[in-house]
Order: sequence, then C-alpha cells, then structure tokens
Amino acid sequence: MLQYVIKRLLLLPLLLFIFSVFAFLIIQAPPGDFVTSYVAELAASGSSMDQIQIDALRELYGLDQPIHVQYLKWMGQILRGDLGVSLDWQKPISELIGERLLLTVLLGLFTFLFTWMLAIPIGIISATRQYSVYDYVFTIFNYIGVATPTFMTALILMWLAFSRLGITVTGLFSPEYVDAPWSVARLVDLLKHIWLPMIILGLDGTARLARIMRANLLDELKKPYVEMARAKGMSEWRLVLKYPVRLAVNPLVSTIGWYLPLLFSGSLIVATVMNLPTIGPMLLRSLSSQDMFLAGSIVLIYCLLAIIGTLVSDILLAWLDPRIRMEES
Amino acid sequence: MNRTTPILSVRNLKTYFLLDEGTVRAVDGVSFDVVPGQVVGIVGESGCGKSVTIKSVLRIVEEPGRIVEGEIYFRHQGQNGRDGSGANEDFVDLVPLDAHGKRMRSVRGAEIALIPQEPMAAFSPVHTIGDQLVEAILLHQGVSAGEARQRAVERLHEVGVPSPEECVNAYSWELSGGLRQRAMIAMALSCNPRLLIADEPTTAIDVTTQAQILRLLRSLQQQHNMAIIFITHDLGVIAQIADYVVVMYLGRVMETGPVDDIFHDPQHPYTKALLKSIPSVQSESQKFLPTIEGSIPHPFNRPSGCSFHPRCVEFMPDVCNRRTPIPQPINDRQSVSCFLYHDAAGED
Repeated sequence: MLQYVIKRLLLLPLLLFIFSVFAFLIIQAPPGDFVTSYVAELAASGSSMDQIQIDALRELYGLDQPIHVQYLKWMGQILRGDLGVSLDWQKPISELIGERLLLTVLLGLFTFLFTWMLAIPIGIISATRQYSVYDYVFTIFNYIGVATPTFMTALILMWLAFSRLGITVTGLFSPEYVDAPWSVARLVDLLKHIWLPMIILGLDGTARLARIMRANLLDELKKPYVEMARAKGMSEWRLVLKYPVRLAVNPLVSTIGWYLPLLFSGSLIVATVMNLPTIGPMLLRSLSSQDMFLAGSIVLIYCLLAIIGTLVSDILLAWLDPRIRMEES
Repeated sequence: MNRTTPILSVRNLKTYFLLDEGTVRAVDGVSFDVVPGQVVGIVGESGCGKSVTIKSVLRIVEEPGRIVEGEIYFRHQGQNGRDGSGANEDFVDLVPLDAHGKRMRSVRGAEIALIPQEPMAAFSPVHTIGDQLVEAILLHQGVSAGEARQRAVERLHEVGVPSPEECVNAYSWELSGGLRQRAMIAMALSCNPRLLIADEPTTAIDVTTQAQILRLLRSLQQQHNMAIIFITHDLGVIAQIADYVVVMYLGRVMETGPVDDIFHDPQHPYTKALLKSIPSVQSESQKFLPTIEGSIPHPFNRPSGCSFHPRCVEFMPDVCNRRTPIPQPINDRQSVSCFLYHDAAGED
C-alpha cells in the first residue's frame, strides 16, 4: 500500500511536466500574443502605439523569442518557486491567485460535502424503496436538478433571496470584508455567503450522484450476499447499510478525483453571474487577453489538483476495497 | 422431543410472483414435513419452484413474490428453550409473521439456517470471513465480540478448515471453492440451528470436493441431530444424502417417499422418467440416453390439468388435461399426485 502511494507520488513530477508542455502549447495556439491583444485594446479605446514601442514591449516580455525558449524560461521560473508576473495586471501571479485559489478550493469542498451528504441518502432511499412515492419525488427532483443550467438556478435563487428575503447574495463577502485581512469576523462573513453558491453548484451534482447511487445500489441489492445477510436474520436497514451500500459507494469514490477540476471549470458561469471571487473568471480573462503566464499558472495548478484528486481517490478506493489493495501489492 | 412430530410442516404453500405480464405460480400448493434428524431432499428441474419453496420457509422471497396461501408450521424454541428440553416449544405458523420483524428474524439464522448455492457470491467481497461469521453469532447469541470470534474459529475448525485462525482474516475470494463452502457451512452452523436448508450447496464446486462436502454435512447432521432440507437437481446427490425425497415439477409436488422407494420403486411417470435419464455404468454403450419428451413449459403458459401431461408417456386424454391431481398416499410410504393411482383432484 505504502509502496503504491510512493510510486504514484514519484510519477507526479513527470505528469506535471507533460501537462505543462501541453498547457503552454495550447495557450500559445491562438494567433497573436499578449502585445497584439494589448494593441487591439488600445486601438479600441482610441489611442495607439508605434512599431518601435510594440517591438520594445515584445522584447521586454521575451515574446520575440522562439516558443521553446519561452517555455524553458517560464519553467525555470516556476522551478524556482516563482509563478512570474501577470502581463495584464502587472502584479505577481502568486499574489493575484492566492486568495482566489483558496476560496475556490473552499467552495469546492463545501459543495462536495453538500453533494455527498445529500445524494447518498437520497440514492439509498430511492433504491430501497424503488417505485415508491419517495422514489418518484426524488426522481422528479433529480431530473429538474440535472436539466436546469446552474446559472439559471443561480439567477432564480438570487432573485428569490432578493425579492423575498431582501438580501443581496452576490460575492462571497459583504462589501466591508472584501479587501479586509483574514480574521474570525471575515471567516464568519464568508460562511454567511458561501451557502448559496454551494447549493447552486451542488444541486446539479447531487442529482447526478443520487441517480448513480440509486442505480448502483439497485444492482447490489440483487446480489446473493444480500439474501445471505437476510437469511442470517439481520435487520433490513443494518444489512443494507453494511453490505450493498458499501459496495455501491466504491465506484463513486473513484469519481472524487475529477471533482475539483470539474468544479473549477463548471463554476465559471455561476461565478460570473454571482460575482464570486473564484479562479474561473480570472482564467477566462487571462485567456482572452492572452496573458500567457497567468493562464499557464492557473492551468498548471488545475492539473496539479486533478492529479492529487485522482491519487486521493485511488488511495481511498484501495483502502475501501481489499480486492484493489490485493491487485496493487 | 418426539422424533416423529415434524419440526417443519409446510401445508398447501402457494407463492406467486405478481408481475405486470401475469402471475407466475412458482410454488403452487406444496406440502411436506421434515422430522428432526431427517434429511429431506427436494429434487426437480430448474424452475420447478424448489428454491422459492425454501425462500418462502425463510421468508426471504424477493419482490414481487408473495405467499398467497398456505401455512408453514415451525417448532419454534425461542431464546429460553435452547437447552433442548423442548419445554418452551411452540408450533408457529411463519406465514403471518412480518418477514422483516423481530420474531421472524429470531428464527431466521438462529433456528433455520441457510447454505446458499454459490458461496463466492454469498460472501461480501469487501468484508472478511471472520467479520461475517462473528456477525451471525452476535446477532443471535448474547456473547461478547471476543467470545464470538473464538466461536467462529471453533466452527471453522469443526468444518475442517485447515488453519481457521488465518481463515478468519481472509476474504472469500482468497479461498478455494471447497474452503469457501466450508466457511459458509460454519456460518450456517454458528448458532446451532435445528433446521439447515442447503440450496444446491454442491453445484458450484467440483465433483471430488462435492463428495467431501456431502460427507461433512452428513456427519455434522448426525452430531448435532439437525434436520436438513437439501435442494438439488442432481439425483445422484439425493441418493447419497437424503432420507426422504420430495419430487417437484412446475411448482407442484409429484411424488414423495423414502429415498429407497423413490429410487427402486418410483410410481409417478415423472419420477420414472427422471430416473431413466440418468446415465448408468450398466447400460449398453453407444445407446441414446432416454430423455423426457418436450421441455418445461413457459411459466406464463402452464398446461391445464396436470402440468406434466404434455410430456407424460401415460397421458390419459380428457382426464389429465382437465383436472389437477393432488398428492394422495398410495401405500404406507409413498404419496403420488397422478390419476393413474387415484381420482383425487384439487380446485383449479
């Protein structure tokens, strides 16, 4: 088991290297560079730049060099622990994304817990009481959850909160705490705001997860070991929770790995609608302004989270399922 | 305890599956008795209702199956009657009990235990053998977890598992087929049941192991003076283990009798046909093995009258396809449901 974890950890730098090359290439793929889009932006606002200034800017940022040199310079910086400076914002990238990253991960964690704590019990009730009133009610709820776009849910809930409760629920902080340093009061303020985006982002996932849990559990409930547990005289709830639920949850555990990156990109529209200070909108802006170092850094962190998430879910799965543990050792 | 008073008495049991497409009468008026210390073999082709019969006895028939009629009397001891004196016995009908209720659960696993068909699938793959054995003991016996574990090890030893201490910590898929079935038997025996139900316990294992398992069951049965209901489609197995035989076809009992009479003096045309279709070492070589004409009808399309009549060599037109024969004693040992011997018919 330990050997397996170490093996996986050793693979991590290699994977990151491969991802970084692809990330860099994809970000560089659109025609033009940061200076092109900067000039276009200037032109749109009525001012302009002459060719000498443009060339000077290119040289300053190293954009005139061949792509592999640019990549190596960027990598060199990252290996020294420096993500570099955003061309667009003219600020160190670590400073720009630090808090946004923290808030994104926090929101992701909350949404994850909300999703699982709601979806697993719903799945269990739906499966054990298949075709009952509960099952139908949950099924309808699930279809609505899956079919409604999250930004729509966001708009509806924001409108409801505003018109019925009279509260404005955009952002993750009250105005006075937006730029304040971290304190207990700021954390409390965050908790007061985070629940709504958590529900909005979680509903869709909850509906999907509950459907999968229901289907998995229905399969497991037909297995002979369930009948055997019944024949032993176990009470129905105890046996359902101990045997089939345990086996039905196992395949779901392997999806935890994709969860965080999925939420990263999935929350973009909601984050824009609700003005959330998460990392999604910043990635979008950096891509459209071709701020390649910022975009590259975000994509790289993204990949790191995906790899770590997969590792965590693999370890969890091996811990839960002795058959997998056996294969690996 | 009187040896001839049954421990289990099934009377006119009817278990139907109410499907959207129609009703499947999986068990349709089955009656038989099991006396203490006796091995009753229920034999029949697949789909004849033998598994549903024993699931009905255990009250674990899955939806949409339902016991629609009949009684299952069981000599229930209860917790304070376990000394074997029989003082606290009462004859309960299991049918009206709540299948998931406390009373039924105190019978299931404790007094009536099951050995399933496929031990591989009947053990949870993510729990150890010990975990599942200890659980069975803790459910019915007021002992500590440590004591339960000790008993689990003893049981594994008793059924001939070579290193029971290791087996306790093993997962089912780490054991061989024979060991797995032994562990299953240990689990079934863990609470000293008085009636053991074995549902084709030897189908999933190879022939040599099969013989060992049968010997083991026989010796355990004698040591503990248990009654066993043994379900199989294999007449050879029946001959080895059973004292008394119930022959089933399409949810009905065709013939019952002591094992020697069934094998040497079968009465019902179906029993005769079944016995003829067993390959024998004495028969001429290069000769076709006799088979029963036709195949088992679809459950939704059960023949009228005696359900065996379309395949029967003794079919009497206008009799067998009109009325349904019911089991009647034809001598002091055997009982047959066939119009060749009597005129008794049940309602349709």
